[in-house]
Amino acid sequence: MDAFTTLTAVAAPMPAANVDTDKIIPARFLKTIARSGLGKSLFDGLRYNADGSEKPDFVLNQPAYRNAEILIAHENFGCGSSREHAAWALLDFGIRCVIAPSFADIFHANALKNGILPVVLPRAVCDALMGDAAMGGNARITVDLEREVVIRPSGEEISFAVDPMRRHFLLNGLDDIGQTLQHEAAITSFEDRRAANQAWWPKIDAARG
Amino acid sequence: MTQPQTLFDKLWAAHVVETLPDGAAILFIDRHLVHEVTSPQAFEGLRAAGRKVRRPDCTLAVADHNVPTSPGRVGAEADSVIQLATLEKNVAEFGVPYIPIDDVRQGIVHVIGPELGASLPGMTIVCGDSHTSTHGALGALAFGIGTSEVEHVLATQTLIQDKARSMRVTLKGRLGPGVSAKDMALHIIAEIGTAGGNGSVIEYAGEAVEALDMAGRMTLCNMSIEAGARAGLVAPDETTFAYVKGRPMAPQGEAFDAAVAWWRTLPTDPGARFDREVVIEAADIAPMVTWGTSPEAGSPINGGVPSQVTPDTERALDYMALRPGQGMAGEAIDVVFIGSCTNGRIEDIREVARIAEGRHVADGVRALVVPGSGQVKAQAEAEGLDRILTGAGFEWREAGCSMCLGMNPDKLTPGQRCASTSNRNFEGRQGPGGRTHLMSPAMAAAAAVTGHITDVRNLAPTGLPHRSPEYA
Ligand code: SF4
Repeated sequence: MDAFTTLTAVAAPMPAANVDTDKIIPARFLKTIARSGLGKSLFDGLRYNADGSEKPDFVLNQPAYRNAEILIAHENFGCGSSREHAAWALLDFGIRCVIAPSFADIFHANALKNGILPVVLPRAVCDALMGDAAMGGNARITVDLEREVVIRPSGEEISFAVDPMRRHFLLNGLDDIGQTLQHEAAITSFEDRRAANQAWWPKIDAARG
Repeated sequence: MTQPQTLFDKLWAAHVVETLPDGAAILFIDRHLVHEVTSPQAFEGLRAAGRKVRRPDCTLAVADHNVPTSPGRVGAEADSVIQLATLEKNVAEFGVPYIPIDDVRQGIVHVIGPELGASLPGMTIVCGDSHTSTHGALGALAFGIGTSEVEHVLATQTLIQDKARSMRVTLKGRLGPGVSAKDMALHIIAEIGTAGGNGSVIEYAGEAVEALDMAGRMTLCNMSIEAGARAGLVAPDETTFAYVKGRPMAPQGEAFDAAVAWWRTLPTDPGARFDREVVIEAADIAPMVTWGTSPEAGSPINGGVPSQVTPDTERALDYMALRPGQGMAGEAIDVVFIGSCTNGRIEDIREVARIAEGRHVADGVRALVVPGSGQVKAQAEAEGLDRILTGAGFEWREAGCSMCLGMNPDKLTPGQRCASTSNRNFEGRQGPGGRTHLMSPAMAAAAAVTGHITDVRNLAPTGLPHRSPEYA
């Protein structure tokens, strides 16, 4: 995972609530066995006509936002399925930060694990940032994770908060598995206690039944 | 005296391996269900890091999302074949127990877990699929995870989790005739919204929940994610124990008795506090139908689309080709999909057959019945339900996710309107441009035989013997 420290980039406004994972990446694109290459299918239904041509109205098709690295949306972004392909598609397109009033839980976790920073800010602030973003390609927004501030093109700073452990992982590009395995002794002793106190606990054996 | 605890508190406490300095817990995972779509990149990650699967004996793999459900399973697309082959290669390489596609026990991961006794009360259960909440019906803490977390569980048998908030939805009194667990779920979501449960685990309680059979409890818990919740729960009780008893992967004999003794200690203590409580009168729930492109956009069958529109609603209505203020009854449909992890169990198929018996699918309507597992299919065939259904003009398919998600060959074509027993009505969910109306199996069956959305309670009895006592 790439570390996330500070990002200064073009932000694309998506003024919609409940942007679900089927919108972000429809299921028919989940047949891949790889993580990469999903960017071209990001927001497929919103982005392309049935014949594959681009819908000119869709924000990421507009010249000013083609290189957007920040997305600003309304409530409950990423609701729906657990597909991490939603985060992979955003990342593959180049999005490193999503700003919204709220996120669905699983998407939120998936984003963090892929180095995408979900920033929660009140609806009114999101709307103000969308106003900034509407100024187009020159209106760059800065997201500084170290200081936990979003900096508007005007220079105004808006604070946000990220879980301290997640922040540490993001800033340093750490992978969770390596961290958890440092606690392996505790996992083993949990398993041993379970075996001693609750011996009835069954093991999976696909040959049974 | 110790503080009264909720079912969720007890499940949580029983699985904390270690609490980290920031308050998050390393949580032990008892069951990890793996399927073909969200696992390839996780196994790839293990391979790249030279890691093993820590507890194959806590892991069970099956293919369901991306398999054809046509009779004989013909017509798999090339990339689907690769995905299935990749799963088979991975389970062989990492020694993960696997149920092959041609095994009668194959099926939707959330149907087969409980059916096989792999999912049990008191467990933590995860799967790379959001509808893992289904297994909460057993009184297990069950939730969906992303692929990075799938890899984390494979490697460590744990997850790092912040404890969710607790919420209780109490359904007082009894459901009326013709009203099911699916209507309960859609009613609750319409009431609290698709983000109403964000960050929470919802415990469903009350007389109407206790009265549900396990299939109904699974339907209810399945839809918890549609209310934004991390998980749904129903306290284990005699109905649960009777369901679990004798299942092939469940403990047997004395081991079963020991397990039940522990399971009995799990229900929420009197006086335990929840972060949020919602109380609903079960008698107020009518058969529900969604009209929009979010599961919260639903109304009772005798209601309809709201007359006040927001920009989001306007967009949804445009997509659904509906008008503000219009009623839902009478809206003509093209396709009926009966199945999915929400409503693909034997009880659901019996309900559909009961309505189909003595009737016929309306002209021009395509109606699919897709059993949730090979065992559901075999059971239905043993009861003769397949013959009732095919005689009435329904298609009888192989087990799988099918038209729930528009990933395998079963898809809506643009503009088609579908009465569906699945759980999501998002734009394009059942195929690009498809229009989904979520409803119960009985309501979907009624739509199939009349050709339009209709109140199942108004269907005249067919005069044939009825299976369900409430209609007798
Ligand atoms: S039936 Fe639908 S919701 Fe359930 S697991 Fe399959 S795709 Fe997901």
